[in-house]
Amino acid sequence: MTVDAPEAPASAPLPRRSRPRRVLDFLRNTWRGLTSMRTALVLLFLLALAALPGALLPQWSLNAQRVTDYIVAHGWWGRLLNQLQFFEVYGSVWFAAIYLLLFVSLVGCLTPRTFEYAKALRAKPVLTPRNLGRLPLNRESTVDTPVDEVIASARTRLRGWRTVEREEDDGSRTISAEKGYLREAGNLAFHFAMLGLIVALAVGKLFNYEGQVIVLANGSQFCNSGVVGYDSFEPGLTVDGTDLTPFCLQVNGFQVTYLPSGQPEHFRVDMRYQSEGDLTAGTWRDYPLESNSPLRTAGDRVYLMGNGYAPRFTVRYPDGTERVGLIQWRPVDPSTFLSEGAVKFDPPGVTDPVQRRTKQLAVTGLFAPTAGFDGKVLTSRFPDLLDPAVAVDVLRGDLGNDSGRGQSIFSVDQSMVDSGRLKKIARENLRLGQHLTLDDGTRITFDGVERFVSLKVAHDPAQDWVLVFAVALVLGLGVSLTIKRRRFWVRATRITRDQGPDRTLIQVGGLARTDQAGYGEEFGRLADDVLRTSGRDT
Amino acid sequence: MVDETLATYGDWSHGAATFLYLMAMALHLVEYAFGRRSTLAVAEPARELATVGGGSSGTTITPGVVPTEQGPGRVERLGRMGVAVTVLGAVMHVASLVLRGVAAGRAPWGNMYEYGSLVCLVAVVTYLVLLYKFGARKLGVFILVPVTFLMFIGGTLLYAQAAPLQPSLRSYWLVVHVLAAAVASGVFMVPGVASVLYLIKARNEKRPDKMVKLAGKLPSKDLLDRVAYRTTVLAFPVFTFGVICGGIWAEAAWGRFWDWDPKETVALVCWVIYAAYLHARATAGWRGTPAAVINVVGFAGTVFNLFFVNLVTSGLHSYAGV
Repeated sequence: MTVDAPEAPASAPLPRRSRPRRVLDFLRNTWRGLTSMRTALVLLFLLALAALPGALLPQWSLNAQRVTDYIVAHGWWGRLLNQLQFFEVYGSVWFAAIYLLLFVSLVGCLTPRTFEYAKALRAKPVLTPRNLGRLPLNRESTVDTPVDEVIASARTRLRGWRTVEREEDDGSRTISAEKGYLREAGNLAFHFAMLGLIVALAVGKLFNYEGQVIVLANGSQFCNSGVVGYDSFEPGLTVDGTDLTPFCLQVNGFQVTYLPSGQPEHFRVDMRYQSEGDLTAGTWRDYPLESNSPLRTAGDRVYLMGNGYAPRFTVRYPDGTERVGLIQWRPVDPSTFLSEGAVKFDPPGVTDPVQRRTKQLAVTGLFAPTAGFDGKVLTSRFPDLLDPAVAVDVLRGDLGNDSGRGQSIFSVDQSMVDSGRLKKIARENLRLGQHLTLDDGTRITFDGVERFVSLKVAHDPAQDWVLVFAVALVLGLGVSLTIKRRRFWVRATRITRDQGPDRTLIQVGGLARTDQAGYGEEFGRLADDVLRTSGRDT
Repeated sequence: MVDETLATYGDWSHGAATFLYLMAMALHLVEYAFGRRSTLAVAEPARELATVGGGSSGTTITPGVVPTEQGPGRVERLGRMGVAVTVLGAVMHVASLVLRGVAAGRAPWGNMYEYGSLVCLVAVVTYLVLLYKFGARKLGVFILVPVTFLMFIGGTLLYAQAAPLQPSLRSYWLVVHVLAAAVASGVFMVPGVASVLYLIKARNEKRPDKMVKLAGKLPSKDLLDRVAYRTTVLAFPVFTFGVICGGIWAEAAWGRFWDWDPKETVALVCWVIYAAYLHARATAGWRGTPAAVINVVGFAGTVFNLFFVNLVTSGLHSYAGV
């Protein structure tokens, strides 16, 4: 930096300053540079530029699958981008660096401005310029009214302005008036609100959590007692999942109406919940959960995020024992709700793990809420549950549950199929109530369909503050952009004449202190009124 | 549920409005091509009182110009006709949106066709207000070019039948949030165009052999700058308000007030660019051409947000559909 100038070969020898002094200079210059408007502008551009990749590249937080695909598809380039945090832009070091610098710059800019403003609020309007004719806005006239009356009526006209009256050496009387102090107040309010908003956002990131859970709409319950209850959970930085807001939900049904085009028209989850005192009292409150109308209870919010179907299969083993499998299947076509999934069964009464691993069953394939068959291929013609059918493969053998690997609930472990330990033994299309029979006499019936809802639980104790600051931000912005800081001066000078009574020369001048034009009209009206105090213009 | 007859009338009005804007554009173009250079420069000083500091020096009357005293010439009459046709177009435009709204039984800004139409209407109305306040008729051609283009694209490529909304869009926030976004985008179109013209004019002043045909008849740099600033200052708080309403709605609909959805991100980028414009205009060394460049970039971002983000990327906002 330029502060090191004494060491550099300078043409003019500079007095060598002491080390602490140089450090101080360095700090001061850095601070000045950082808080200058120019730096703020550059940082604003950098922020805009740095935010952009987040919109153009897939992001881990939004869609991890697409990020993985992107990295695979782009080779070293994708890996490089990943290393440079381009797939988590808003949590990246460089993005944080920019907004922290901007934050500091803002603080450094606002602090002196606040003091200046406080001073300006107490200061008197400035002296009347000697030559009002030089101002961009100025007029004058000569009237018969005496000076004192001119000043008195101008004073009345300038009510609402901050004014100060002065008498000049030559006996002229002047009024300096200023208005629009709120502009700077609005400006400061806007910027401080932005600081507050950023702080509130950061606080939210510390204490928030968000979880997603799928609940069958058949009276199933969900309790917000810990992370394990969730299908996915995203905690804030200080949240370990042990201290979640306690509440319970019970989903009794899910109503959806569709337009003939297949576009959904209305969703409603028939739900009841208990929180706070209800939990000990054991009472339930009904809440119909709909789009745009989350359940807000005890500081948490519950949202309806999605829905789908869970086909039910009953397996009747040759010995007469029955097992029921019911689990959500994943919609693969959001417009028709053609869904895929897998229901897995352990054989009953087999305790030997080796034996069991030869007899496990999986029913996997497609589900259509309104079936259409293209030859033998199942498709769905409509998203509503009108005429359900499934097209399933039945596999027998080792599902791989004991392998230690996690596996998807929507499919079987393909490596087990590839290694021949899980074999396909039947393929069939079934309508509701139909069954298929396996070679050993086991009967699998497709005997029901339940709906499920996907719920999101969110907790952010700081979001009300974000809203408060956002509202302050808009208000401050509105004030600072609509109000003009402007000045107006009047000078009344007595003109003594050899014959006849004295006359008064009135001069007015105006200056808008901000670059917003449009003061002209107001100045014109003011000048009209002040100059036309009485008598005629000349 | 959807009144097909009314919807059809609405579409016809949309077509009529597009056609009228095209006509008006042609009339303005004739005026622009064959008209005198004077009209604006002469009309200006009367309205110039507002200029601060040395600003008024920018509006010197071009030498060799004869002020118009003998009433409007034939060419100028064509220009005035263009304004009348624009007003008529705007009336049809309003009618098309009202009919669409009544037909579908909801606010008529639920898909890209309707939204684009609303943005254009706001741009045209802003231009007409400016015409009334500043008399800058020469802006007409340049405003009507993007408007007509957008209207045409809307009526053809992006056209969508009148239909009820998806459940997630059924909220009074749709009315507020999307309206604010459309108003801001529509108003932003005017400073965008004015800033492009400013750059053309500035280039011509720097190198008089460049852009001669176009720049010669443009309003003064000072006027263009003022038009751009005053419209931006109007649109920026509306835009901010729209983004915040979006946050409130997102909190109720998606469970998070800000999710870095592509649309949100690009909106933030645009917001930062326009904020930079306002700061640049108050910073020595950044006034004039740099500020105009920033404003053009801001508008480019706005257009990008409308087309690219809706049509190409997939995010929470893309379900609004075409």
